Amino acid sequence: MITRLNHVSIFVLDQDSAHDFYVNKLGFKVHTDAPMGPGARWLTVCPPEQPDLEIALMAISEGMMFTKDSAQAMRELVSKGTFGFGVFECNDLLATYEELKAKGVEFTKAPKQEFYGFEALFKDDSGNWFSLGQKAK
Amino acid sequence: MQGEIYPKVYLYRRIVKAKLFIDEHFAENIDLDNIADEAFFSKFHFMRLFKRTYTKTPHQYLTTVRIEKSKLLLQTDLPVAEVCYAVGFDSVSSFSGLFKRITGTTPSAYQQERQRISEGIKAAPLKFIPNCFAESNGWTKKSNFQEAEA
Repeated sequence: MITRLNHVSIFVLDQDSAHDFYVNKLGFKVHTDAPMGPGARWLTVCPPEQPDLEIALMAISEGMMFTKDSAQAMRELVSKGTFGFGVFECNDLLATYEELKAKGVEFTKAPKQEFYGFEALFKDDSGNWFSLGQKAK
Repeated sequence: MQGEIYPKVYLYRRIVKAKLFIDEHFAENIDLDNIADEAFFSKFHFMRLFKRTYTKTPHQYLTTVRIEKSKLLLQTDLPVAEVCYAVGFDSVSSFSGLFKRITGTTPSAYQQERQRISEGIKAAPLKFIPNCFAESNGWTKKSNFQEAEA
């Protein structure tokens, strides 16, 4: 019986920039930051109130996981905003929206009441997009 | 962008501005009354709106920020007393008491635990990486990254 999700991976164009975005803009915490040899790094972050969900910020680089062509194609797809990775939650969507906008986060949809909930959409520094919802009060 | 203007947007912007002020100036001797003034609210009204938005009073939020920042600094070799002053507390004993009440451990025990984890990651990073990720990156090949660093 599967009980929990504890790791999820997001492909990013630049791990240093992604670190800055997720930590300094979104306010996430670094869980593990381990150098894995030249040009390689295992970097995971967690939402502030979810310390056991590690989001691995995976570099798209040629190697075991990607051929040169695949890496190039993947970088193009990510930067074009092809991939949506999930739904983040906050206590107050309007306040979070205003704060993230003040920090330079790009929103593709302002907060809007939909039939399924109150939602906004934003992109990370690579182009991956997320829904941001408000916890039911 | 559709729907950008919503009712009372100015209230949210003022409360968010106050929150960001605390985020930036947490290490200073912040007068929370002044933040209410800058937000153009009475102190009581400001505190009520702030708590409704962030589920904490401004003072509770400031304490939370200081403790979280201290946890980051305790991941370095900085002595506990220096960490205490660096995040805006005046007294090491009150900092330590508050830290223990909030985190369940003392600053020095927290620092030792973080150092133990940090050394563990340095010594054997693969213990901290799910094997599927390590394999797909070629990190499980014999001492791949360790040889490369040597």
